[in-house]
Amino acid sequence: MESQLLISSSPHIRDEDTTDKIMKDVVIALIPALIAGIYYFGFRVLLVAVVTILACVVSEYLSRRIMKRNQTIQDFSAVVTGMLLALSLPPTIPLWIAVVGGTFAIVIVKQLFGGLGQNFMNPALAARIVLLVSWPQQMTTWINPNPDVISSATPLALIKEGVSKAELPGYLDLFIGNIAGTIGETCVPALLLGAAYLLIRRVITLEIPLTFVGTTVLLTWIFGGETLFTGDILYHLLSGGLIMAAFFMATDYTTSPVTFKGRIIMGIGCGILTAVIRLFGSYPDGVSFAIIIMNVIVPLIDRYTIPVSFGGEKSAA
Amino acid sequence: MRIGKNSFKGGANVPHYKNTLECKTEAMGIPDKVVIPMLQHIGAPCNPVVSKGDTVKLGQLIGSSESYVSAPIHASVSGKVTDISTILTSVGTFVPAVVIEPDKKQEIHEDVKPPRVTNREEFLEAVKQSGLVGLGGAGFPTHVKLSVQPGRKIDYLLINGAECEPFITSDYREMVENGEGIIEGAKIIMKFLGIPKTIIGVEDNKPEAISKLTALTRNEKDIDVVRLKSRYPQGGEKVLIYALTGRKVPSGKLPLDIGVIVINVNSASFINEYIKTGMPLVKKRVTIDGPAVARAANVEVPIGTQIKDVFDYCGGFKNPPAKIIMGGPMMGVTQYSLELPVMKQTNAVLAFDENMAKVMEENPCIRCGRCVNACPMNLLPLTMNALVSNNKIEELGKYHIMDCMECGSCSFVCPSKRHLVQSFKLGKARLRAAAAQKKG
Repeated sequence: MESQLLISSSPHIRDEDTTDKIMKDVVIALIPALIAGIYYFGFRVLLVAVVTILACVVSEYLSRRIMKRNQTIQDFSAVVTGMLLALSLPPTIPLWIAVVGGTFAIVIVKQLFGGLGQNFMNPALAARIVLLVSWPQQMTTWINPNPDVISSATPLALIKEGVSKAELPGYLDLFIGNIAGTIGETCVPALLLGAAYLLIRRVITLEIPLTFVGTTVLLTWIFGGETLFTGDILYHLLSGGLIMAAFFMATDYTTSPVTFKGRIIMGIGCGILTAVIRLFGSYPDGVSFAIIIMNVIVPLIDRYTIPVSFGGEKSAA
Repeated sequence: MRIGKNSFKGGANVPHYKNTLECKTEAMGIPDKVVIPMLQHIGAPCNPVVSKGDTVKLGQLIGSSESYVSAPIHASVSGKVTDISTILTSVGTFVPAVVIEPDKKQEIHEDVKPPRVTNREEFLEAVKQSGLVGLGGAGFPTHVKLSVQPGRKIDYLLINGAECEPFITSDYREMVENGEGIIEGAKIIMKFLGIPKTIIGVEDNKPEAISKLTALTRNEKDIDVVRLKSRYPQGGEKVLIYALTGRKVPSGKLPLDIGVIVINVNSASFINEYIKTGMPLVKKRVTIDGPAVARAANVEVPIGTQIKDVFDYCGGFKNPPAKIIMGGPMMGVTQYSLELPVMKQTNAVLAFDENMAKVMEENPCIRCGRCVNACPMNLLPLTMNALVSNNKIEELGKYHIMDCMECGSCSFVCPSKRHLVQSFKLGKARLRAAAAQKKG
């Protein structure tokens, strides 16, 4: 008597990669930036990170229970959201605000729209903006890195205030992170290390980061100085979390286009919006808003970049 | 001379599992029972032309059809017809089958003799009478494929030696054991159809086949052997044409329409064999492999041999088989019973143990886009899958779902283990039904 033979559709073998493996890779890639944040701003940073991540994981667990849907915390995506949000907060942020942010990101932006793969905006960035608008004071209280834990302004805020060139931080400080800023955005080498890891592991590709950064830098060069083509390229490249946003936030799978052409369009769009907000808007930095605005345009981008099928003619959208 | 890129955009890096490369073809001998279905090809099923109780001889016609797109079926053994039964195939259809009890004598039927082939029409008739269908696995009647209207220019005959599916080495063994036959077959086709050039494409994970065929064609100025980059699905017809010639088959059209004909290495060598001996298609080499088999091998079996007999010949199972696949793991069809027979289109029978047979649970799509990168037809699998899940069948046409060749590359790379190809099979069926309803 032979045992039952399984019938299923082809293909009958699968690649080994899984969603949770990808998420864990992102967490690993963000650890250098977290360590840099702890180094520059003190151990409280670790507390902020843990609390934010916990808020995300717990709110996902509870919201799934309440909605009577299967548990998804094991796919690690809530952890990723928590880490990204924590790295975008100022090191002085009151813990309860971090909890509100984490909960908003997971419950409102993600779970209420259908959970993993259905969020219409980057959850961490959407939460960050909500916090910024709700508690502007606490969300813009900066400190200089050790040893002087004195209130300060971020490099981009200094430019907005019209501080003279001599009093701005130098490029080396901007590069290694010896400046005021959010927990994760200041130390460029740590971010680049994480980005390199994600590229090697094939979690992200270069088209969004390069077009995003490139467009921002190009436009701030052209329009950011006293006269045309005299903008400070390096200053804009190294400040405001542009690197972190371009490599870790804009590349979020769910909220970015699925084709190469689409991703290029998104990167350029993010770059234009960032430059416009930085140069002509009243907020010092525009990366968060730029990404969020492009996120909601992504479905439109996808619809208009349907690839020509092999051997086909271009189809009407 | 390179005219194509010897590769293509997309595809998936599937494991090769070519464990049976060195396994020389073994003749299994005659089993105690053969079950020969009347549909072993794309097109109209045949009607049995023998009855219960008849004595049949090897090579005798036992099934034929009036339809154009069909291929005759012949007895693979001599013996007595014990039944004309109906079997349920693994794709859910019922077909008649001629069941024969072999007398193990293998007496050859009087009609089996080398055909008279002096011109194109006689050649095509011979190919039809041989019962040949695409031996690469698709099973399209070859005489229909080769029936090019006179006056239509065909620039290239492409011989498909890619064998991109994991496990299968049946084509490889043909190239290594009977390379001469493949080349002779190609020459016969070139001669009668007036095709000026042949290109044989072989994936680079089969270096011995490449060197063997290259040596055999050294003095043939009209036959080239090209080494293709090993990447699934290199052996897919449209993909192969693109890699070897740079030409793309337009959506909904045939290779004929761009001046190309593709046939499998075994099909080419069979044509040579048939012209010389007149023995129709009655036996097949199948690769037996998979983690559950006791011994992996390449076995030549009479068509209609039940797969349980082939597995028994190889020593049975070392682990209980949980899934039996006819074909390769990427596009093969799972079998519900070991009593089903080997057919003309069968290139391999694989036995998966419980571990490998596990069907993973689907997770939500995270829109990572790996499926988009993997699709060799430039489609958007994630979008088509979402449309099928939400039953938005009309929009599927806009996303070119009919161009999907169900190669499985998308499902293979999906980190959420979504059943993409399964949803496309369903979507296509619903789209066809909707179109038929509109007409009728």
